[in-house]
Amino acid sequence: MKKLLFLFFGLGIIISCTSNDSDTDTTSNPNAFDRAALLTNWADNIIVPRYEIYKQKTVLLESATTLFFNTPNTVNLDLLRNAWFEAYKSYQSVALFNFGKAEEIRLNEISNTYPTDVAGIENNIASGSYNLNLNAQYAKQGYPAIDYLLNGLGTDDASVLKFYTSDANAAKYKDYLSAVVKKINDNSTVVLNDWKTSFRDTYVKNNGTSVTSAVNSTTNAFVKHFEKDIRTAKVGIAAGKFSNEIKFPEKVEGFYKNDISKTLLKIAIQSSKDFFNGKSTTSEINGAGLKSFLDYVKAERDGVLLSSTINKQYDAVLNSTSVLNESFSNQVNADNSKMLLTYDAMQKLVIYTKLDMMQALNISIDYVDGDGD
Amino acid sequence: MNKAIKDYLSKQSSAGTLAFFRLAFGLMMCLSLLRFVSYGWVDKFYIEPLFHFTYYGFEWVRPIGIYTYLIFFIAFIAALGIALGYKYRFSALIFFLSFTYIELMDKTTYLNHYYFISVISFVLIFLPASAFFSIDAYRNAQKRFEYIPRWTTDVLKLLLSIVYFYAGLAKINSDWLFKAMPLKIWLPTNSNLPFLGDLLNESWVHYAFSWSGMIYDLSIPFLLLYKRTRWFAFVLVVIFHLITKILFPIGVFPYIMIVSSLVFFESSFHLKILRRITKALNFNIAMFQNSKVLVENLNSFSLIKRVILGLFLVFQLVFPFRYLAYPGELFWTEEGFRFSWRVMLMEKAGYTEFKVVDARTKQEILVINHQFLSAFQEKQMAFQPDFILEYAHFLHNYYKKAGVNNPEVYVASYVALNGRLSKTYINPSINLAKEYESFQHKSWILPFNDTIKGF
Repeated sequence: MKKLLFLFFGLGIIISCTSNDSDTDTTSNPNAFDRAALLTNWADNIIVPRYEIYKQKTVLLESATTLFFNTPNTVNLDLLRNAWFEAYKSYQSVALFNFGKAEEIRLNEISNTYPTDVAGIENNIASGSYNLNLNAQYAKQGYPAIDYLLNGLGTDDASVLKFYTSDANAAKYKDYLSAVVKKINDNSTVVLNDWKTSFRDTYVKNNGTSVTSAVNSTTNAFVKHFEKDIRTAKVGIAAGKFSNEIKFPEKVEGFYKNDISKTLLKIAIQSSKDFFNGKSTTSEINGAGLKSFLDYVKAERDGVLLSSTINKQYDAVLNSTSVLNESFSNQVNADNSKMLLTYDAMQKLVIYTKLDMMQALNISIDYVDGDGD
Repeated sequence: MNKAIKDYLSKQSSAGTLAFFRLAFGLMMCLSLLRFVSYGWVDKFYIEPLFHFTYYGFEWVRPIGIYTYLIFFIAFIAALGIALGYKYRFSALIFFLSFTYIELMDKTTYLNHYYFISVISFVLIFLPASAFFSIDAYRNAQKRFEYIPRWTTDVLKLLLSIVYFYAGLAKINSDWLFKAMPLKIWLPTNSNLPFLGDLLNESWVHYAFSWSGMIYDLSIPFLLLYKRTRWFAFVLVVIFHLITKILFPIGVFPYIMIVSSLVFFESSFHLKILRRITKALNFNIAMFQNSKVLVENLNSFSLIKRVILGLFLVFQLVFPFRYLAYPGELFWTEEGFRFSWRVMLMEKAGYTEFKVVDARTKQEILVINHQFLSAFQEKQMAFQPDFILEYAHFLHNYYKKAGVNNPEVYVASYVALNGRLSKTYINPSINLAKEYESFQHKSWILPFNDTIKGF
C-alpha cells in the first residue's frame, strides 16, 4: 500500500515538476490561448476603429451645429438632427467600453443619461453658467439633452427654429447647444487620443489574470453594459420592470424624436454581439474574442458549446425586438407585453453572460477581493 | 482497552513540540490579523455593509461599528500572548473567543481555514503549551516542565489529520475524479503563468491534479506520522501548498498548513529551532530543561477537561457527515456543506433578482441588490440558500418599514455548478418571507436533476 502511494505521489510530483522542462517545447503550442492576441484584436480591430468612426460622427455633429447656427433654417435643422442621430447610433457601439479614459471622464454618464432633465437644461440656459463636468449636470447634457433641444422645444420645425432665431434668449440657446455638442466631441477626441497614444500599449500589455487586468475589466464592462445600459435602461425601466409595473413611456431613449428607440436598441445589441464574437469593425472577419476564449477553455454546457448558446440567445433577443414599434413610448402604451418578452429574452442572455460565461472564463464580477479556500 | 487508553494517557513527551507550535501558531495569527486589517478588510467586510449574513443561532453576533477594530486588536494581543506564553491559558481563551466572534459576524467571509483556527485555538485553551519556553514558565518555576503528557501534542496531529483526510474524502466524488471539475474551470485561465501555463489547458493535467490532490489529502496524515516518510511528506506539503498558493487566491492558508504540519516532527527538531531562537535572543534554553514531568492530577477539573476534549473530538469526527441527514445533492443545497473541510471543492456561482410584492395592492418592486449588499456579499448570497433566505427576510423588513403592505419576497435565482449550464435554483413562486431558517431541509430549493456520486 505504501509503495502504491509512493508511486501515485511520484507520478503527481513528476507531473507537476516536469512541466517546467516540457514547457519549452510547448510555448509555440498553437492551442494556447493568447491573451495578448485577444487584447490586440479588441484594441486594434474593434475598439479603436469604433472610436475612430465615432469621432468622425461627433466632428460632423459639431460642424452641422455650426452650419445650423450660421444659417438657422429647416434644412439645416434637419441636417443637424440627422448628424445627431448618426452620432447617437455610433455612440451605441462604444458605450460598452466603459473602462480606462472613457470611465475616467464619465463618457457614458455625460453622453447618455436619460430621461433628460428639462427643467435643469432650461435653468442652465437661463443662467448661462454651468460646469458640464459635474455629476449634477449629467442629466442636462449629452444626446438626450440635444434630443430635447432639437425635437422637444416645439411641436413643429418652425416653433423649434424660433428658439434659435427670434427668441429673446436665442443666443443663450445656441450657446448651450453648442456647449453640449462640444462636450461630446471633446470627449470622443480625448478617449480616441488616449487609445492612440499611450493606452493601446498599456492595454495590450496588461494581459494578466488579476482583477485589474485588461481582459477582466473589459469583460466586466461588456457584461455590465448589457445588463444595466441595454436591458435595464433601454427596455426595463420604460416597461415598468423596476417600478411596481408603472410604465414610463417618457423614460425611453430618444424620447423627443420618439421614433428611434428601437434602432438605437438594435445597434447596441448588435454591437455587443459583434464584440462577443471578436468581429472586426471594418470587415466581416471574426478574430479573437470572448467566443474564441470560451471555445479555448472548452466551455460546454449540457453538451453544447456555451458560445453557441450565447450566440443563439443574442439572435433570440434580436428577433424579439423585430416586432417592436420604432417608438418604445408607443410600444409600452399599446402593448407592453412585447416589451416584457424582449426583456425576458435579454434576462436570459444576462444570465448566460454574467453567470455562465464569467464562471467558465473564471473572471470575477467586479472587484471582489478577499480570500477563497 | 481501558488499560490501553490509560497507558496512553499517562505517556509523556517533550514539551518542546507544543511550545514550538504555540509560538508558531501565535505568530502566524498575529501576521494574519495584521494582513487582514492592512488590506482594509475590516472596513470593507464588517463596517461598511448595511447588512450582515449571520449564522443560525448566532444572529446576535454582529460587528460593532468602528469598535470592530477593537475586537481585532484584542485578538492580536491575545495571539501575541499565545506566542509568548504570557498568561497563556487566558490568552488562548480570549483569542478563541475574539477570533470566533470575528468569524461569526458575517458568514460571507466563511473560510474553512478560519474554522480550523477556531478549532485549534479552542483546543489550545486546554493544552499545557506554556510549560516550556514561555514567559509564564520563565517567571514561575512551578509552571516549568520539560515533559508533558503525550496526548496533548497528539491531539493537534489528530485535528490536522482530520482536516486533510476529510478534505480528501470529500474529493472522492464523480465531478472531481471523472469530470476533473472544478479544476477544469480553474486551471485553464492561469494559462499565462510561466512554465506551467500552457499545460494548464490540457485535459490530462486537470485529471492529474484532481487525482493527485485527492490522494495527497487522504495519505498525507499517514505519511507525516511515519518517521521514515516524514521528510518526503513534508516536501509534498510544501509543494502542494505552494502550487495552490500560485494558482488560487487563498491568502495565508498555505503557510498555516505548512507550518502546522511541522508539529508531526520529532521533538528534537522543535528543540533545535527553539534553541536557535534563544541563541539569537542571547538567552539560554537550559532553564526550561529541568527534567520535570507534568503529571496531571486526576481531579475533577482535569476530568472535565478530558471529557470536553473527548466530546469535541467526537464532534469533529461526526459533524462533517451531517449532510447525510438531508435529501438532495449536497453541492446543490449546501445543507451540511460548511464546517466539514470541503475545501476548494466546487465552482458555483449564482445570479439573483428579488421581487417584493405588496400583498394588498399587488404592486411589485424589483430590488437592486447592490443598494443593500457589498459586491462580495452579493456574490456569496447568490448561490447559498441560507443567505438568500436571510436576505429575503431583510428585504421583507426593509420594505415593510418603507410602507409596503405585508411585503412578499420572491426570487428569480439561477445557479451554475461545476460546468453545468445555469438553471433555476429557488422556487420562484415561494414567498420567502414566509419561510424560516432551521436545520430542516429547505423544500423550496428546486431539485438538482443530476447526480454527483461520492462523499
